[in-house]
Amino acid sequence: MNFPKDLKYAASHEWVKIENGIATVGISDFAQDALGDVVYVSLPNVGDKVKAGISFGDVESVKAVSDLLSPVSGVVCEVNEELADAPENLNSDPYGAWIIKVEAIEEEGDLMDAEAYEAHCAEEE
Amino acid sequence: MKLIFEKSVKGRGMQYLPDCDVEEISLPDCLKREEAPMLPEISETDLSRHYTELIKRVHGVNCGFYPLGSCTMKYNPRIDEEMAFLPGFTGVHPLAPDYATEGCKEVLDTAKTLLTEITGMDDMTFQPAAGAHGEFTGVLLIKQYHDARNDKKRTKIIVPDSAHGTNPATAAMCGYTVVNIPSAPNGCVDLDALKVALGDDTAGLMLTNPNTVGIFDENILEITRLVHEAGGLCYYDGANLNAVMGVVRPGDMGFDCIHLNLHKTFATPHGGGGPGSGAVGCKKYLAPYLPQSKLMTGKDAFQVKSFAGNFLVVVKALTYILTLGKEGIPGAAKNAVLNANYLMRKIQGTFEPAFDRICMHEFVLDLSAFKKETGVSALDVAKTLIDNGMHPPTMYFPLIVHEALMLEPTETESRETLDWAAEVYRNLYTLAHEDPDYMHASPHKAQIARPDEVKAARNPILKYQA
Repeated sequence: MNFPKDLKYAASHEWVKIENGIATVGISDFAQDALGDVVYVSLPNVGDKVKAGISFGDVESVKAVSDLLSPVSGVVCEVNEELADAPENLNSDPYGAWIIKVEAIEEEGDLMDAEAYEAHCAEEE
Repeated sequence: MKLIFEKSVKGRGMQYLPDCDVEEISLPDCLKREEAPMLPEISETDLSRHYTELIKRVHGVNCGFYPLGSCTMKYNPRIDEEMAFLPGFTGVHPLAPDYATEGCKEVLDTAKTLLTEITGMDDMTFQPAAGAHGEFTGVLLIKQYHDARNDKKRTKIIVPDSAHGTNPATAAMCGYTVVNIPSAPNGCVDLDALKVALGDDTAGLMLTNPNTVGIFDENILEITRLVHEAGGLCYYDGANLNAVMGVVRPGDMGFDCIHLNLHKTFATPHGGGGPGSGAVGCKKYLAPYLPQSKLMTGKDAFQVKSFAGNFLVVVKALTYILTLGKEGIPGAAKNAVLNANYLMRKIQGTFEPAFDRICMHEFVLDLSAFKKETGVSALDVAKTLIDNGMHPPTMYFPLIVHEALMLEPTETESRETLDWAAEVYRNLYTLAHEDPDYMHASPHKAQIARPDEVKAARNPILKYQA
């Protein structure tokens, strides 16, 4: 299982990378493994407001539909439209296949570094 | 096996309709389709064989054990079907003159009296066509109640994570914001989380009790009291009523409205897409908002379906209740609970229950430790069960248990069947340790082994393509 050091993680298994005031958000390797094959991603629109800890969309796998919780509060400035046709990218490349980018960041939720998140996953398993 | 479209031969078919002996009336051109529909052309013999062949490939309650958790796949007595086939019920129109529909009205009235008694409600509608439709109707009652009091700030419905999956969808369909609250470690509603979620924006709470892990929430009176105190109403999802019918009443637990799945709890075969009946019951202060047929009552009312809903399902439910009687209804519930506990304890020691306590009508096995040990997943176990002549249990649900298998044997299974089922489960536990690869490749005897669920979900082909 892969836990890149340059990312921050939410307890609900989203990762976030904040660079130049833009937060890039995706789901972790642990999340995609637990979900199984992802078959559908429901995405927000550019311009939508997101709030830390609140759902901004959902992912559907053959097992279940799970909410995507935003790690930060802000405004969606870009959406990875590719996922609509290729949701499997979340399985094959969880850290490459980002889901949304957020600007005008107001606050961050409770986020963990890679080490703390790895321990969190070990506990959950 | 060929599809019926592939068996089609041009010009072949059946002629059942008599020649038209009245004046022909044609649709206006704008409503006519431009091309003839592509329908299979096939002889009656071949059609009959086609469906018989399909029947042979299906596993139903009449073929064998079918412990599909949260679905209550119990045996439906033949007498219920027989009553629903009476020509006085099948041949009548809702707008026929009173003398022709009196019997039907008596069925509806008697069913309402008995079902409101069983559930502790004051009134009921049979309009909703199935469970989710009933939920939708029930939550709209809550919405009407608040709107009528001009209480516009109530925008949220609280749904515990142990609720049925349709509950949050229903609340969202009714325009509410869904507030999910986690379960406590014992699988019941976390009272502290509930208190935090409650406020003057709470429209209501949706709850299934016993919940989806098969546990009766002991704090139910406290839960409904807290919601009422905050000004919200409580909605009871009747999906699991089979565990408690005739023993405890949702109305006495403090619920304001409920839906019943007549097609699962009160004897109508289900799982094939209907018809069902999601009867909605409520306390008297919600009764003014109950949907009813304008044409049948002459009143200006809300309506969620035409006339009296799926009437024949109500006939079956009434027959079921009258056949079992006042002792038989709680007797069925108690046997359902006894059977579930018996099977859970018989399997325990191999596959372990997620909650090691007395369960209600269903129980959840947690295979996460087993999967780590053997590499065999809940899916592999389910697929191997198919080879053993029984239907797999519900898999990967509820979501709060990882690698979940959820079994609901129901009251209609004998001790011999339960003993056999337990033995099969125990054998598979051993097999997983000895030959995990065999289980990864299961089923070995079924007509179709492992359909590609991922491909089907990503690229569904829903129409025959020649």
